[in-house]
Amino acid sequence: MSLISTRGVGIRFGGRRILRDINLSIREREIVTIVGPNGSGKTTLLRVLIGAQSPTEGVVTRGAGVSIGYVPQRLAIDRSMPLTVSRWLRLAGAHQASDRQRMAERVDIVGLLGEQMTSLSGGEFQRALLAQALLARPALLVLDEPTQGLDQPAVASFYRLIEAVRGEIGCAVLMVSHDLHVVMRSSDHVICLNGHVCCEGTPTVVSAAPEYQALFGFGAEGALALYRHEHDHRHDHADITDTHAG
Amino acid sequence: MLDDFLIRAALAGIGLALAAGPLGCFVVWRRMAYFGDATAHAAILGVALSLAFSLSLFVGVLVAALAMSLGVLALAGRIYTMDTLLGVAAHGALALGLVAVSFLPGVRVDLMAYLFGDILAVSQLDLAVIWIGAVVVLILLRLRWQALLLVTLSTDLAAARGYDARREQLILTLALAVLVAVAIKIVGALLITAMLIIPAAAARSMSRTPESMAVIAAIVGLCSIISGLSASFYWNTPTGPTMIVAAIALFVLASLWSVVKRGR
Repeated sequence: MSLISTRGVGIRFGGRRILRDINLSIREREIVTIVGPNGSGKTTLLRVLIGAQSPTEGVVTRGAGVSIGYVPQRLAIDRSMPLTVSRWLRLAGAHQASDRQRMAERVDIVGLLGEQMTSLSGGEFQRALLAQALLARPALLVLDEPTQGLDQPAVASFYRLIEAVRGEIGCAVLMVSHDLHVVMRSSDHVICLNGHVCCEGTPTVVSAAPEYQALFGFGAEGALALYRHEHDHRHDHADITDTHAG
Repeated sequence: MLDDFLIRAALAGIGLALAAGPLGCFVVWRRMAYFGDATAHAAILGVALSLAFSLSLFVGVLVAALAMSLGVLALAGRIYTMDTLLGVAAHGALALGLVAVSFLPGVRVDLMAYLFGDILAVSQLDLAVIWIGAVVVLILLRLRWQALLLVTLSTDLAAARGYDARREQLILTLALAVLVAVAIKIVGALLITAMLIIPAAAARSMSRTPESMAVIAAIVGLCSIISGLSASFYWNTPTGPTMIVAAIALFVLASLWSVVKRGR
């Protein structure tokens, strides 16, 4: 069943066309990643999907009762607003204190519950955002470049955390990412965006596509090599052997 | 007891402070100080309106304040930024209102009362209107509290949760217009924003959550009203400005306290 889908979605700002003819569909428990250069409309597409922006063309269909947890690219909390981590988590809605405690433990911010949000480090802040999004037990978790500004180890552990909690909660994940290596390793479906969908498919299919290589060049090839390498050791996925043969 | 003008003044001030505290927090969090000014200055236009058409002051001011804030919201970002537009609107409304009042035939208006308030002249009917307005503002804020906080933090986050940012913005705008209409008798058009911002700013350094800040702001406002009223009685100073001076004194004390606390 499709949680959310778009048909012929396009966006114009003034005379400028930001997105055109976007058709996509996200199924339960699927991890979908959107990659694309700066200004390719990634964030705009996410905003359309979460309902923060109405498309100027086409339709977005959200399944009945499909809840969305959203982790924004950045959240500037004005210093004039006092907000503890614990109060931030309570903004997710009316949940048991024990639920909040468990979630805080899960993302490792339990020692920070009494701290002000503005005093957290980048990694702690992102985990607090993630915890709040997950507390509502969403069917779809949407993340907009969630690891921007984090260092390499923090990026790796953040993605491991997302994969793990996805397994526990059973939600689908839609994310915009610049971390090509991670994308190639953990996504079920990759959408390469540049105002329109250039190409899409499994990570292997996308990284072999000429459109993708034209956009990302050498680095992308490197990511593909890494991907093949790691997965060849573990299991024989039909997609991968196909690509090898072809 | 309500015959005593001092008691009526105190009750009117308390009603205003209770609503202005929490609403003022949103004005501070959303950086709407200038927006509040423009809405408040439109009150003078509202005074002219109510005198010209023999409406109640409350209705005239409410209509003018609402029209001003909705107009600014609709036009913002088209050609001019919000800031520029508010600059034009705030001073335009004030000047236009003063000119309009002077045109009214046969009325000699005590403008000072509308600019700086005349809390000692609050009647029993005024008192009822003030309290109903204050309670309406508090109920609006209470009902939409969670949504308003989310929209203030991030409109995208609120949208993902199914809240309409525009609707919440309208609710705040409405609450602000009601508060302006209630406050004009008490502190006057020029000092309304002060009653919104100063108690909230004083509360910031003493609070850890949005809710505690809202409650402390209401208490700071209450203390400013009572002490300002007493001070103006003993020293025979203008009441509205004296209450604002009392609020400023509390703000300075709170700021000093937070500096000392952090230094330890």
